[in-house]
Amino acid sequence: MSKEQKDAVLTTSHLGIDFGGLTAVDEFNISIAPTEIKGLIGPNGAGKTTIFNMLTGVYRPSRGTITLNGKDTKNMSPVQVNHAGIARTFQNIRLFDKLTVEENVKIGLHENVKYGMFSGILRLPSYWKEEKRSHERALELLDIFGMADEADVRADSLPYGAQRRLEIVRALATDPKLLLLDEPAAGMNPSETEELMKNIRKIRDDFKIAVMLIEHDMNLVMGICENIVVVNFGKIIAEGTPEMIQNDARVIEAYLGGKKEED
Amino acid sequence: MEFIRKLKKHTKVSFLNYGIVIAFYFAVQIMAVTGHLSNSLKGQLIPIVSYVIVALALNLVVGISGELSLGHAGFMSVGAFSGVVVSMSVADSIPNPGLRLVIAILVGAALAGVAGVVIGIPVLRLNGDYLAIVTLAFGEIIKNVMNCLYVGVDGKGIHVSFKDTASLGMAADGKILINGPMGATGITKLSTFMAGTILLVIVLVIIQNLVNSRTGLAIMAIRDNRIAAEASGVPVTKHKLIAFVTSAAIAGAAGALYALNYSTIAPKKFDFNTSILILVFVVLGGIGNMTGTIIAAALLTMLPELLRKFADYRMLIYAIVLILVMIATNNEKIRSFIRGIGKSAKKEDGANE
Repeated sequence: MSKEQKDAVLTTSHLGIDFGGLTAVDEFNISIAPTEIKGLIGPNGAGKTTIFNMLTGVYRPSRGTITLNGKDTKNMSPVQVNHAGIARTFQNIRLFDKLTVEENVKIGLHENVKYGMFSGILRLPSYWKEEKRSHERALELLDIFGMADEADVRADSLPYGAQRRLEIVRALATDPKLLLLDEPAAGMNPSETEELMKNIRKIRDDFKIAVMLIEHDMNLVMGICENIVVVNFGKIIAEGTPEMIQNDARVIEAYLGGKKEED
Repeated sequence: MEFIRKLKKHTKVSFLNYGIVIAFYFAVQIMAVTGHLSNSLKGQLIPIVSYVIVALALNLVVGISGELSLGHAGFMSVGAFSGVVVSMSVADSIPNPGLRLVIAILVGAALAGVAGVVIGIPVLRLNGDYLAIVTLAFGEIIKNVMNCLYVGVDGKGIHVSFKDTASLGMAADGKILINGPMGATGITKLSTFMAGTILLVIVLVIIQNLVNSRTGLAIMAIRDNRIAAEASGVPVTKHKLIAFVTSAAIAGAAGALYALNYSTIAPKKFDFNTSILILVFVVLGGIGNMTGTIIAAALLTMLPELLRKFADYRMLIYAIVLILVMIATNNEKIRSFIRGIGKSAKKEDGANE
């Protein structure tokens, strides 16, 4: 194992998954440094979300290993993976619609709030202390995106862009080492996207965590990612800095289509 | 006033519910003292309280946890018969009826809770309609088990048989407590309206404090989006089970309270119709709405008695009332009218907000 891999927050090797006879992802090897912002791009259907689902325990990989901070997370459930330090957002927004904005964030803080069911029912001192702490922490986290004023609004009444931001705050509340963002800028206008880029960088700097994001908005990807992994048909076709990716013949071909290779 | 305004919305709702229950208790007491309490209503007080409690318990599953259970009468049944057996078998050693009632309710709740765990672990792997069908089946199983259950007590302790009374093998001094399809007979009435009201307040405290805690929030998060809840590190099965078992235990406590109000109680009392009746209370009161559930359960339990003077037509009128309430509560105009009342009331007490 190289030094770079040893320090990495997440490494995968030979990761792959089959659905029936179809190989969706194969030979997926990456390593993410502790405060790196990594982009995962590729044409539609390339297997990007499938990769996220494998990393977060939603799908069980058919082969290969996933190592998070030296721990093997390949056979963990989504809950265990979250506790191990990976948090994510979803391509199709998944908020707790009927709960308020603050309560959504408090769900992220669930593991962090230390009082039991009976302290809650009996309203013991630990309930009041911990609820106060989680309330303050929730507002603090919402403030990253300037959403503290909307704490009491029901999540499903937020505008689209704000719902995406709330998902990120909720993921951050679980205190992750690695944040996976699945198309965070989808449906956002250019100024919102600009704001989002700033905030992703700010999150990385303030929380000292690694971020991996799937995104189709190339301005965002090229603007904030330090490294980019390009997948097509479930395999990595290129990897490197934004400049390298922009000039990579295979990437251009994957996106724009090129002459058929004879192989 | 400043203090009231500062409270959170759900805290206000909780106190409103305690207020309703306590006001109902005192209203009944005043009616009793002034001689306005009719005999038929007097006889209905404990059933009303019991059904309110079961409806609240079911609302925890249906409204908060978002799972449809059609077997809650089964948990009531477990609580009812275990409560009866316990209260009668300790009759000699514990003469105080109040204490015996408390023990009966606690044992009824505990055993119904155990039944909740046994049923909940396999059932909560299912979702939606499948879960409803399986809980329905479990309700029927419990009813049929109770139908062929014989329990007796003598000097040597409690005897149980699933065959007949003879196979209990009782000593001469023995007493049969549960006699198969005949159910429990010769029950000493222990339930009082006051005990029922106290139990109801305790149940309200448990449910409302549970819902407004970290655990309740997790349960509601799973209801709203299971996948996101898992990804946020909230264990799903554990929280579904907490809601289901708490609900089952409370239903058992209500069953014990209910059974100890009668001298005889048969297993067929707790059948599918009763499960549906409880669900009707929850749906009409508003899924997830505890205040509505209390009012709906109380009114709908009283309604058949109040309609007694219409004799043959009373069930017809009952059905029409159900339909009208359903139409009314689902009508956007009526709902906004009710909201309007709420808003103008708020404006009056908080003009500087």
